[in-house]
Amino acid sequence: MTTTQGLGELTAAERFRSRPLTRLQRIQRLLHKHPEISPLVVLVIASFAFQLASDRFLTASNMSLILQQVSIIGALAVGQTLVILTAGIDLSVGALMIFVSMVMGSLAGNVGLPGALALLVGFAIGMLAGLINGVLVAVVRLPPFITTLGTLSVFTALALLMSHGTSIQGDDLGSVLTFTSVPVAIGPFQLTVGVILMIAMYLALGYCLNWTSWGRHVYAVGSDEDASRLAGVRTRRVLLSVYVAAGLLVALSAWVLIGRNNAATTSAAVDANLDSITAVVIGGTSLFGGRGRLTGTFIGALTVGVFRNGLSLARVDVLYQTLAIGILIIAAVALDQWIRRTGAQR
Amino acid sequence: MSVFTRRSAVLASVGVASALVLAGCSGGATTDDGSSSSAAGGDAIGVTLITKDPNDPFWVAMIDGAEQAAKDAGVEITVASGRDQTDSDSQIQAIENAIQRGDSGILIANNGPAVNDAIQKAEDAGLIVIALDTPTTPIDLVDATFASDNRLAGQLIGEWAAAKLGGDDATIALIDLFSDKVVSVDYERDQGFLAGMGIDVADENMNGDEAATGSYSQGSYEIVCNEASNGAEDGGRTAMEKCLSLNPDINVVYTANEPSALGAVQALKAAGNDSALVVTINGSCDGIAGVADGSFGADAQQYPSKMGSLGVQAVIDYVNNGTKPTADAGKDFTNTGITLVTDQPVDGVDSIDSTAGADGCY
Repeated sequence: MTTTQGLGELTAAERFRSRPLTRLQRIQRLLHKHPEISPLVVLVIASFAFQLASDRFLTASNMSLILQQVSIIGALAVGQTLVILTAGIDLSVGALMIFVSMVMGSLAGNVGLPGALALLVGFAIGMLAGLINGVLVAVVRLPPFITTLGTLSVFTALALLMSHGTSIQGDDLGSVLTFTSVPVAIGPFQLTVGVILMIAMYLALGYCLNWTSWGRHVYAVGSDEDASRLAGVRTRRVLLSVYVAAGLLVALSAWVLIGRNNAATTSAAVDANLDSITAVVIGGTSLFGGRGRLTGTFIGALTVGVFRNGLSLARVDVLYQTLAIGILIIAAVALDQWIRRTGAQR
Repeated sequence: MSVFTRRSAVLASVGVASALVLAGCSGGATTDDGSSSSAAGGDAIGVTLITKDPNDPFWVAMIDGAEQAAKDAGVEITVASGRDQTDSDSQIQAIENAIQRGDSGILIANNGPAVNDAIQKAEDAGLIVIALDTPTTPIDLVDATFASDNRLAGQLIGEWAAAKLGGDDATIALIDLFSDKVVSVDYERDQGFLAGMGIDVADENMNGDEAATGSYSQGSYEIVCNEASNGAEDGGRTAMEKCLSLNPDINVVYTANEPSALGAVQALKAAGNDSALVVTINGSCDGIAGVADGSFGADAQQYPSKMGSLGVQAVIDYVNNGTKPTADAGKDFTNTGITLVTDQPVDGVDSIDSTAGADGCY
């Protein structure tokens, strides 16, 4: 991989670049370039271990089940990754998702609006909520943590005020809102439209992040906001667009949520905001912004789902599942810190 | 030399990491080796018990009862729960995992109607689903329900409180379970209590729609508040504090369960109100001790361990003979029993004292 030019006329810089690396440094560099590798390794090892523990683990039906079980958190983590890439954090995603699902559910189930219209209103609310977060962060310059901690409470309260704690069952929601629960068979895999939608969200945002100038600007703002502003990036506009896009992604997650529960209910997705951050962190995205990939987040969400499902199939107590995921998070962040030291030290 | 130590550092860290991962799984692997081989052997029955949250002694007692029954009968039992009493997503996943594991039956204390769809899927997959403690809405969604008669539990403490007041004006605080959702246990206990006091409850399936003032069986009443506690001690304390700031002269406190009652008692003590009658429902050993020391006036005792053991037995019967449990006559569930425990018995309400209550507590 490294250069093998004639050694005679190297400058000092070239010599520095082509100096021999230890194996550890190579690994560090590889992980720095591809942060999604480490969760992938964990995922593969864990899958083999769980297969040893229960021969039902690596079956098509169980793989489909895991995908369904991670669909909500997986979808939510798309928006979360986007925000975290800008060195922000969004604590309000779970509450916003429930609020949007209750808006959609009430409009379709109680008011009697057509499902498609209710869905569009829900998307608009999601984007509006994202815009509010964005204005507070990018224009008013509040820290994202504080901003979204506040809107977390606001959205939770709005959802409860609107629904009075009642649920709206799938039969009353109509076929558009529950479309995400429709089964889709791909070969031996029994998926749902919600799972497909989640994967589509990864592909769409992944394309935008990697192949558009907007995506490169998101990474740039996350790495160093001041430097990218001096380089001509309209940082405020990028941040605003990130939060609006995250709001829309959360609204799409609300659609997945309705399909998964076959109901609009406020008693769903407790701690979904923290779970989505867990998926992002395990996936190797740096909480300090500017580094990370959606592939990693997807693997991170899958890893959490695989651990919960695998330990459950092996009849391990639910509290040990939570314990295992806690250890995973700490390991992931420790690894991130270690990777970040590359380049900084010789 | 330095290369060598770095290399060994890599090896060591990789080794530690994989050991950690494997350790996480091998805990399951060792217990599971036995179960999967016996499952392969043929007729091992698997039961999944899903409780509302992982920490309330009530669920621990239910789990103990179920595990004992499972051990005696030689069946496999898996325990899961919501992270707290508002978490239906974990319950849905637990149901799906039970289907995937090939279990024969599910016993569930549901965290709300969001789990209905998953329960239906389990039944479609041929599992017997039994509701414990909390009936599903609708109740006939499941094959059977083993529960306390929650309305009766409320009724008993309501009758006791009314008789105890003996004609005094009642200033009532109602500490319910939830404000963010409608759950049968919540309104059955609350409305049962009010009915027991002889108050017109309006819609008997809705909390808080009764008149704020009026007359109960012995005199006149005022309802100061309907506050949610989430069934937890901190929630009970906060709820009671709010009620006391509305009216410090509260003399009857209904609480939907013991943890919230313990919180309410703390708030009453802090406010210097030591005369209010606190009534609650559960009957754990801590709760009965509360009756003995006077913190609680009366406690309607439930038998969660019995719910767990009856549930496991019902799954075994269903697998062996195809029979499903039948509900009590005139009810749509099987009542696992309610007994009023108080050291201040009143005429016309059957009760046992705290010494007898301690024998049956969990």
